[in-house]
Amino acid sequence: MTTLLTNARLIDPESLTEAEGSLTIKDGKIAALNALAPKGATVIDCGGKYLAPGIVDLGVKIGEPGERHKESFRSAGLAAAAGGVTTIIARPDTHPAIDTPETLEFVTRRAAEASPVRIRHMAALTKGREGREMTEIGFLLDAGAIAFTDCDHVVTDTRVLSRALTYAKSLGALVMGHPQEPGLSNGAATTSGKFASLRGLPGVSPMAERIGFDRDMGMVEMTGAKYHFDQITTARALPPLERAKRNGFDVTAGTSIHHLTLNEFDVGDYRTFFKVKPPLRSEDDRMAVVEAVATGVIDIISSMHTPQDEESKRLPYEDAASGAVALETFLPAAMRLYHAGHLSLPQLFRAMSLNPAKRLGLPQGRLSVGAPADLVLFDPDAPFLLDRFKLRSKSKNTPFDGQRMEGKVLATWVGGTQVFGAEG
Amino acid sequence: MTFRARHLLGIEHLAPDEIRTVLDLAESYVELNQRTVKRSDALAGMTQINMFFENSTRTQASFELAGKRLGADVMNMSVAHSSVKKGETLIDTALTLNAMHPDLLVVRHPASGAVDLLAQKVNCAVLNAGDGRHEHPTQALLDALTIRRAKGRIQRLTVAICGDIAHSRVARSNLILLGKMENRIRLIGPPTLMPSGVADLGCEVYDDMREGLLDADVVMMLRLQKERMDGGFIPSEREYYHRFGLDAEKLGFAKEDAIVMHPGPMNRGVEIDGELADDINRSVIQDQVEMGVAVRMACMDLLARNLRAERGRQAAGVMV
Repeated sequence: MTTLLTNARLIDPESLTEAEGSLTIKDGKIAALNALAPKGATVIDCGGKYLAPGIVDLGVKIGEPGERHKESFRSAGLAAAAGGVTTIIARPDTHPAIDTPETLEFVTRRAAEASPVRIRHMAALTKGREGREMTEIGFLLDAGAIAFTDCDHVVTDTRVLSRALTYAKSLGALVMGHPQEPGLSNGAATTSGKFASLRGLPGVSPMAERIGFDRDMGMVEMTGAKYHFDQITTARALPPLERAKRNGFDVTAGTSIHHLTLNEFDVGDYRTFFKVKPPLRSEDDRMAVVEAVATGVIDIISSMHTPQDEESKRLPYEDAASGAVALETFLPAAMRLYHAGHLSLPQLFRAMSLNPAKRLGLPQGRLSVGAPADLVLFDPDAPFLLDRFKLRSKSKNTPFDGQRMEGKVLATWVGGTQVFGAEG
Repeated sequence: MTFRARHLLGIEHLAPDEIRTVLDLAESYVELNQRTVKRSDALAGMTQINMFFENSTRTQASFELAGKRLGADVMNMSVAHSSVKKGETLIDTALTLNAMHPDLLVVRHPASGAVDLLAQKVNCAVLNAGDGRHEHPTQALLDALTIRRAKGRIQRLTVAICGDIAHSRVARSNLILLGKMENRIRLIGPPTLMPSGVADLGCEVYDDMREGLLDADVVMMLRLQKERMDGGFIPSEREYYHRFGLDAEKLGFAKEDAIVMHPGPMNRGVEIDGELADDINRSVIQDQVEMGVAVRMACMDLLARNLRAERGRQAAGVMV
């Protein structure tokens, strides 16, 4: 079966260009660009809207196993399809953690049955994410683990970390870490500064990220491991990141859509939906990180989708759980950066689709012939008022509730099959 | 006379004219409290619930007395040892209480922002009696009244706030209030007990008592929050007393007529010299306690007036 998507604005993150054109889908792959319709092809007129490679979202929390009431593979998959996310890279910070090949096989099977979009799984770097013993990295790779991470748990024992990195390196596995000095960040609910002081909330210095970065970078230099920093959110961590890349280390860095679009003041009067990890930063830090995405120093933007139910958020700020849902708000939030003139659409899709796919060795993220037809059609200008109760995620903890957004997903394809179409 | 607030959650939300309204009304209650018959019917028929999620003898007694003198039915709930320990959430506790139709809810809670959260879920007026390290508005108001009575004004004074600023809601509410009333504020304490970014709030920051106290009109000492000191902010109590404890020698750097304040309870010999605390020529610590009852009466009176007006409007709305 052949499908032709015509009259589209094609966003190519590889060449950083956008142009009018058409795209032919055959056997689940992109078969041609700007070609005439083959005989018998289904023709879809995109109405001049934008067609981009689907988002590859590195670091999504799904509640299976353990917290299915917060998010299931089904609800996450539906939310992702509606948000233009065609590949979910799921985090292992579940209960129990995904740290054995058996658990990994279980979630892989569950995900394949339930989700309309692709789901790949990361595995824990250490057993139980406790930082004491490395997991069976070899078996887990064989079972399909795409990367290894203890998520927001920092492996504090450098001997354990050095062994895990050395072992991972020998197998060519990618390790993802959370740059943070836990001694400083322990118990913190905000970034230290004027706002934290006024609200009387315990804060963590932005330097804790830089110190964590420097330590991890030392470990990378020592072991030669392939390493990805999950979230760089402060200006102080950027010069050493740039230096590490210039010196040829196999390192990349990500950041979250929330740290790119919100700052510490958005917390206002203790609004716990704005509590994320690491905490939201100053406006100066936010702008520095946006700039780093534009220049490519920061490679990847993730949603850091973290579903939390009402009970874990309707608490005093310090006691409330961290995290925000974002699969469906990822693209409209990213459009804020586009409309503000900070990032072009190709730059955004380089960071949301191409770079994560490249880093993980996936063929997705490109708008080139032969690549999987994982696509998102969207209107960057369509305005709407966000109502959190309309989200498809089981949990509704979005910081964008009630806010005016621009950017709607019109249709999503995974492997050439349409998995979402906007009503109307 | 202006007072628009529905709740008293913090000084941050009050305008200078609202602060003046509270202080002026409190003056009349100071006078009432000095009579033999200390009764008003400002809160007659109303129910006041004091809900203390953190132990407190002094503040709770002050609020209880204030409510009783205004004729309210006052109930004390020491939630520190009740159902909250059984896992009931703050919201559930609030909803349960709300169903009993209180008119005034006085709340103290160990978490910053907890009183704001609770206020969103109830129909009555909520008074913050201290939330975490955030605010303690009635303390700042009673301090302001004490200063105004001692100094004749609450503007253009140099006020030094000394000690554990980082863990103190009293310091936060005071620096916001004194800032709104256009005073010069100095914060003095070891850098480990100084919150970050306070210099941006228009305060001068010192880590030397003698420099910080120079020519101050008011010296406000804070309690060293031993129970919050989860380790290692200062090397020892005796070094703290040596460098930051207020004694006659250090006070000598302040103005001759400078007054000494402390929100209590005091750690004598840790942050303040015992004799100095008792010196009636300098210390206004007992006055602060007295002003506390009057200020709380004023706050509850004003909130009750707004509550009655709001309910009146609602009832009228229903009739139409």
